[in-house]
Amino acid sequence: MSAAPPDVIASVARQHSEVHTPSSQVVHFDASAPLRLACQQDLAPFSIAYETYGELNADKSNAILICHALTADQYVASRHPITGKPGWWANIIGPGKPIDTDRFFIICTNVLGGCMGSTGPASINPKTGEPYGLQFPIITIGDMVEGQARLMDHLGIDQLFAVVGGSMGGMQVLEWASRFKDRVFAAVPIATAAWHSSQNIAFHEVGRQAVMADPDWAGGNYHAEGKVPRNGLAVARMAAHITYLSEDALHRKFGRALQDRSSLTFSFNADFQVESYLRHQGSTFVDRFDANSYLYITRALDYFDLREGRDGVLANAFRGTQTRFCIVSFTSDWLYPTRESRRIVQALNAVAANVSFVEIESDKGHDAFLLEEPTFHATVKGFLNAAALKRGLPPATETTA
Amino acid sequence: MSQADLFTTDGAKARVDHMLIAEMVEAGSRVLDVGCGDGELLRLLSEKRGVDGRGVELQRDKVNACVARGLSVIQGDADRDLDNYPDQAFDYAILSLTIQATRKPQTVLENLLRIGKRAIVSFPNFGHWRVRSSLAFGGRMPVNDNLPDLWYLTPNAHLCTIRDFADLCERIDAKVERAVAFSDYGRPLPIKWSLSMQNLFGEKAVFLLRSSSS
Repeated sequence: MSAAPPDVIASVARQHSEVHTPSSQVVHFDASAPLRLACQQDLAPFSIAYETYGELNADKSNAILICHALTADQYVASRHPITGKPGWWANIIGPGKPIDTDRFFIICTNVLGGCMGSTGPASINPKTGEPYGLQFPIITIGDMVEGQARLMDHLGIDQLFAVVGGSMGGMQVLEWASRFKDRVFAAVPIATAAWHSSQNIAFHEVGRQAVMADPDWAGGNYHAEGKVPRNGLAVARMAAHITYLSEDALHRKFGRALQDRSSLTFSFNADFQVESYLRHQGSTFVDRFDANSYLYITRALDYFDLREGRDGVLANAFRGTQTRFCIVSFTSDWLYPTRESRRIVQALNAVAANVSFVEIESDKGHDAFLLEEPTFHATVKGFLNAAALKRGLPPATETTA
Repeated sequence: MSQADLFTTDGAKARVDHMLIAEMVEAGSRVLDVGCGDGELLRLLSEKRGVDGRGVELQRDKVNACVARGLSVIQGDADRDLDNYPDQAFDYAILSLTIQATRKPQTVLENLLRIGKRAIVSFPNFGHWRVRSSLAFGGRMPVNDNLPDLWYLTPNAHLCTIRDFADLCERIDAKVERAVAFSDYGRPLPIKWSLSMQNLFGEKAVFLLRSSSS
C-alpha cells in the first residue's frame, strides 16, 4: 500500500491518541511500583485503562470484573471511541440485563499489552521516548491478571463478586481463580480453555507471520517510520475471523452468493460475498487495533497453560478453591470446543469445587458468546443471581428479576 | 413428615421418592445428585434440608434450566464423569431413578459409594406384580406410569428387581442401612413385609447404602 487515504490517516491518528490518552478512566502506576512480569522483567511505569458501570456498594462486595477477548477492549458496554459502535457486550451488560448494572459494579480493563490506554507495545518507552515496539517485554495472561489486580487494589476491592469473560477473557478468569483464590467469589469462564492448543497456536502463527511479512511492519518499528502494516494485520484478522465462526454460520450468512455482480469475473476480485465480508473485517480491524499489540496478545494466549508449574496437573491450579464456577461452552465452537471446557470441569470436580457447566446449543461458532443467545444469557443471569444470594447481596428488584 | 412438607415453595407436590430421600439426608450436608433431571430433588433438599447440593445431568436442556434457576449442575454422563470426583467428597451421592439408564450400573454404584460417605439409590422395581403380569399374561414388555416408554424408545438399559439390586449391593460389599419400597399409590410398604413381598408389591424402591470399607 502506498500513500494512505485521508480517512485511514485519521483513524490511525485516533488510534494513536487512544493509546496515550484513552477516552476511559486510567490509573498510572509510577516507577516506584513496578510490575514483575513472568519473563522476569519489571514493567514500570505502567497504566491500566478501564471503564466502570453501576455503583460500588458500601462494603465493596458487588464488583464484577469483565475480562475481554483478544481484540476487544474496556468499552464493554459503552460506545467505542474509534468505531462509534456500541460496546462489545452491551447485549448482556446493562440495567436489568443478565449482568445487571442496577445491582453490580462492573469493571472492564484494557489488558496489558493492549492498545486502548493500558501499557502496550504502542506506548512510549520512558527509556527511549519512542514507542516500545518490539522492546516491549513479552507478557502473559498471568501478567494481564496481575495488572488487573493492581487496579483492584487501587479501587480498594479485596474480593471480586465475580470475574466473567469469554475466550481469552475466560483464560483470565481461570488465572484469577487460581492465582487469587480468596479474591474471586464466583467465576464464569466462557468458550475458553485451560491451555492453548497446538491448533490455536498454529492459527496465531499464521496471523503473526502475515503481520511481520508486511514491509510496512518495518521490523516492528512502523510507528517511528510513520507506517502501518495494514495489509498484514488485515490478513491476520481475516484468518482469525474464520476461526471465530462456524461452517454453518458462514453458509447461512453467505453460501456461495456473489457480491454486487451476477456472474464470476474470472479474476481475483472479491466475487463472493464471503470474500468481501472478510476484507471488510480485515480493513476495519486495522483502524482500531495496533499490529504489535496483536503480536503480543496472541503470544500471551499461546503461552497460556494453567498446568505449568503444577506438576502438569490442571486440578492443582484449583486445589482449595472456594470459588463458585460456571463454565460455558458452545456446540459449534471449534476454536475452543466443549472438550476444552470439560477438562476444566473435570479438574474442578477433582478438587470437589462448586461448579456448574453448561454446553449451549448454537450454530454460531466461537463468536456465539458475543451474540444474542437467550439460553446463554439465562444461564449467566441464573448463575449470578444464585451466587449473589450466597454472597448476601440484595435480591434483584421486581423489574429486573 | 407433615403434609406441608410435601410441597415445595412454589406449591408443586414433591415426588414421593424425593420426599423419602429428603428425609434420609441429614440437614446441612453436601449432596451430589447424579442424573438430577430438572433439579427438583436438589431444590427440595436445598429448601427443606439446607444442603449444599450439586448435580450431574446428561440432557443439555435440563442442565441449562437448572443453572438458570441457580442450581450448581454440570452437563455430564454418570457412566463417564464420576471417575473425576475424589473419594468421600460428598456426604451423600444420590442416584434417583437413573441407575436403570446407565450403561454400567455396578461401576456407577461403586463410584457413588466412593464419592459419597453414603449413597442413596431409587429405581423402578421390575419385580412388581403388574410388570410380572404384563410379561406373564400379555407377553409384552410393560408400559405403565413407572415405565412409561415402549421398549424401543426407553432410555432404560438395565432394569432390575428389588431382589436383584439387593444382590448387587451384597456383591460389591455395600451395607444396606435402609430399604423402602413404595406401593402403586406412593405409600411406603410396611417394614415388616418380607423382601419377596416388597419385590412383588413395590413399584419403586429407595436404598440408603454405605460402603462397608468406610
